[in-house]
Amino acid sequence: MLEAQHLAAQRGGVPLFKDIAFALNRGEALVVTGANGSGKTTLLRMVAGLTLPSAGTLGWSGASVAPFDATLRAMTLYIGHAVALKDELTAEENVVSLATLHGAAVDMASAGAALTHWALERQRRLPARVLSQGQRRRVGLARLRLVRRPLWVLDEPTTALDSAGIAILHGVLKSHLAQGGMAVIATHQELALPASAQRALSLQ
Amino acid sequence: MSPFDAVIPDTMPAGTWGGVAWSAARDLKLALRSKAELGVLLLFYVIVVTLFPLGVGPEPALLRALGPGVLWVAALLTSLLSLPRIFAADFGDGTLEQIALSPFPLPALISGKIGAHWASTGLPLAVASPILGLQFGLRGDELSVLALALLLGTPTLSLLGAVGAALTLGVRAGGGLLALLVLPLYVPILIFGAGAVEAVCVGLSAAPQLSLLGAGLLAAAVGAPMAAAAAVRIALD
Repeated sequence: MLEAQHLAAQRGGVPLFKDIAFALNRGEALVVTGANGSGKTTLLRMVAGLTLPSAGTLGWSGASVAPFDATLRAMTLYIGHAVALKDELTAEENVVSLATLHGAAVDMASAGAALTHWALERQRRLPARVLSQGQRRRVGLARLRLVRRPLWVLDEPTTALDSAGIAILHGVLKSHLAQGGMAVIATHQELALPASAQRALSLQ
Repeated sequence: MSPFDAVIPDTMPAGTWGGVAWSAARDLKLALRSKAELGVLLLFYVIVVTLFPLGVGPEPALLRALGPGVLWVAALLTSLLSLPRIFAADFGDGTLEQIALSPFPLPALISGKIGAHWASTGLPLAVASPILGLQFGLRGDELSVLALALLLGTPTLSLLGAVGAALTLGVRAGGGLLALLVLPLYVPILIFGAGAVEAVCVGLSAAPQLSLLGAGLLAAAVGAPMAAAAAVRIALD
């Protein structure tokens, strides 16, 4: 489904990586590991369509896709380092606002249900400003279940999450993959996903 | 069969107006929850305008001659001061990435943001201007033309300014650069805007200047969101 060939990137004139190739099928997750500064975020931004590769191509079901391509935008859900929450809005409003931006019809009730799944039932009416880092991360990840996209691109989703939060993330990921979804995940943590569903990519 | 098979074919369910409505509604909501910021901008406008009669003295003829220009220059400066609000916060917290990756067309989302910016800065300024115009001895007709010219001109300021704000995203000392980029573009609006009021002051019709302001607004409304969208994509790369 998702294929990359000869991907290369440079940041500020310094080459980060070159000749990266991978293929991802339905129900598989690509786990990207590597030291700090090895280009994990850059690779994920390429897959999401935010950054142009300096060489190589990205393809979706055989057709090559360009950054900000309409097909790519309709397929992927990207959640980066910054969780994109607005301090002035409540947790619930943040989820509704972001899910609507992705074209999903979401009301306060389903946003509340998604937040409850992430154990944030009591915090859902609080402004994001007063939430802790881990809680903000949970609010940011809550839209995964609401926006139906086949490809999730998650940049270090476990940052600031406690072990209970990581367990919820694993559950959400497993059910996504079991339904035929795909994910590209940059992480420093071992992910508790079935070995058959994982592809590993290590950046030097 | 995967449930995503049903998702994949309808690639672009979201339309242009949906995008305009989403970002306008969200930005207005955010603006209403940080009213203090808007109050500061309006007060800035009031204070800058008020400084002139205090500085140049109470000579009625002089004040009437200065009035339209001063009110418009203050409007340009207030607009300039408010421009970083359009994109900077969204750029900082990652929302701008989400906006650029949304299935809604990016120029539509940016149009909504510009609309909300105008409604929260340009509109209050145009509404307040007739009261401030009284300090300069402007009268009935002149005050209404002043408000009308500002109503037509300030959206253009927001539109052109948005392009500058997008171009200076993530640039160090972006504020000064923004002023250098945007103020020259504001010059025609200043000339026709102040010119409209001056025309009424000397008993002529303001129609030509107002028509030109309207034409400028239409041209900017078409072009500026596209240009700002391209600049946002460059800033995110």
